[in-house]
Amino acid sequence: MTLLERYDPAVIQFHLDPSSGVATYLQIVQQVKEALRLGTIDVGDQLPTVREVVADLAINPNTVAKAYRDLEREGLVVARQGRGTFIASTLAPASLRHHEELRAELERWIVSALAAGLDEESVRALISATLRESLARSAA
Amino acid sequence: MSPSPPPLVTRSLGKRFRREWGLRDLTLTIPRGAIVGLAGPNGAGKSTLLALATGLLAPTEGAISLLGRDPLRDPGVLSEVGYVAQGAPLYRSFSIADTIEFARRTNAHWDDESVVELLTRIDPRTKVGSLSEGERARLALGLVLGKRPQLVLLDEPFANIDPLAGRELLQLLMDGVAETGATVVIASHVVADIERVCDHIVLLGEGSVRLEGNVEELLEAHRLMTGPRRPLGAIRGVREIVRERHSGRQLTLLAVVDGPIVDPSWTVERISLEELLLAYMVPERMPAPRRPDEVPLRWHG
Repeated sequence: MTLLERYDPAVIQFHLDPSSGVATYLQIVQQVKEALRLGTIDVGDQLPTVREVVADLAINPNTVAKAYRDLEREGLVVARQGRGTFIASTLAPASLRHHEELRAELERWIVSALAAGLDEESVRALISATLRESLARSAA
Repeated sequence: MSPSPPPLVTRSLGKRFRREWGLRDLTLTIPRGAIVGLAGPNGAGKSTLLALATGLLAPTEGAISLLGRDPLRDPGVLSEVGYVAQGAPLYRSFSIADTIEFARRTNAHWDDESVVELLTRIDPRTKVGSLSEGERARLALGLVLGKRPQLVLLDEPFANIDPLAGRELLQLLMDGVAETGATVVIASHVVADIERVCDHIVLLGEGSVRLEGNVEELLEAHRLMTGPRRPLGAIRGVREIVRERHSGRQLTLLAVVDGPIVDPSWTVERISLEELLLAYMVPERMPAPRRPDEVPLRWHG
C-alpha cells in the first residue's frame, strides 16, 4: 500500500485539535465513542488501520495503537490478526430513535436564541451552564 | 527472550571543541520504538550529539552506544541507522534515478517503497540539484527509510521547508515507522514541528540535559497554578516549584505535582509541551534593574 491509497472516509475520519490540550490518543478514543453514540458507526464496521491513520494525520503510530488498545480494553472493538480492528459493540443508547425529534427542538431553540441577539459564544455558554445545573439538580 | 539493547545510550558523554564544551556529562537512554524530540535552542548540542551517535565525531570523554555497539570501533552498526544531516545533503549532479540506484547498491537490505511515492510526482531523470528543499528532504528521508533502519536520526529536518512540505515529510516518516517499528530521534529547535509526533523528549541546553522523559508522563506531572500573591510555604499536592512569576497581586507557578491541589484559591491548569519546554529552556532570571539614565528605545520611522 502506498500513501496515495487512503481509507474510505465514509466509515470514520479522525481529525485532531492540537490546541485542545487533550492527548492525541484520547481524541481518537473520544471520536470513536462519539460516532458510536450517534450511531454513525456500528457493530462490524472496520476502523482505519494504524498505517492509514498515520498516513492521513502524520501522527505517531504508537498513539493510534494505544487508542485502539484502549477501545479494545473497553470491549468496544476487537483486533483481528492481520485483518484489522472492528467495532464489537455499540454505545448508541436505546433512545437513539428520539434523537431526531430532540435535535429539531434544539434547533428551534437555537434559532430563537440567535433571533434574540445571542452570539455563538453566548449560546454555548448558556447551553453548557444549563446542562451543568440540570445534571447537578437531577443528581441531587 | 533476551532483551535487545536500547537503540541509543550515552554515559557521561562529553565533547570539547578547543576550549568550549559542546556537550558535557550527558547520560541518557532512548527507549526502543520511541519517537524522540531532541529539543533545545541553537548551540545547545543537538547536532553534536547526532554527530557523536553516527561516529562523525569522537567523544572527548564518556561513551555512546548504538544498538549496544560503539559507532567508532564498530561502524558496521551504521547499516542499521538512517541519518539525515542538516539541509539533507545529496549529490546535486546526480539524477533522482541515479541517487536511488546508488542507495540500492550500497545498502545490504533495500526497499524501494519509501521513494515510490516521490517518483509518481517527479520525473526520475530530474537532477537532485534542481529539486525544491522539500522534495530533496523527502528524497533524503525516503533513501534513509529504504535501508529499513532500526534507528533514524534527523537533524533539523523541517528547517527551510514550508509547512505543507513539512507535513508530507512527517507523513512519510510516520508511515515508515508504522511499517518498520524504527526508533526515531528528531533534532529540532522548533517545538511545534515535533509536538505532533514525539512521545519522548530530550531537552538540551548549553550542552547538558535540561529535561528528559516520556511526554505524557511529563505533561501529567506538571501543572500551571495561578492565585493571589502570598508568601510561599509548602503547598499540598506540590512536590517542586519549577518556576515562579509575580505580576502585581498575582502569582503564577509551574509546579511538579504529586497529588490533587486541594486549596481552592489556586486555579490549576495543564500545560502544553511547548510551554513546558520553554519553561525549562530559560533559566529562571530576575528582571534586570533599570538604570536611572536608561532611555527607552524609540521607534524611528
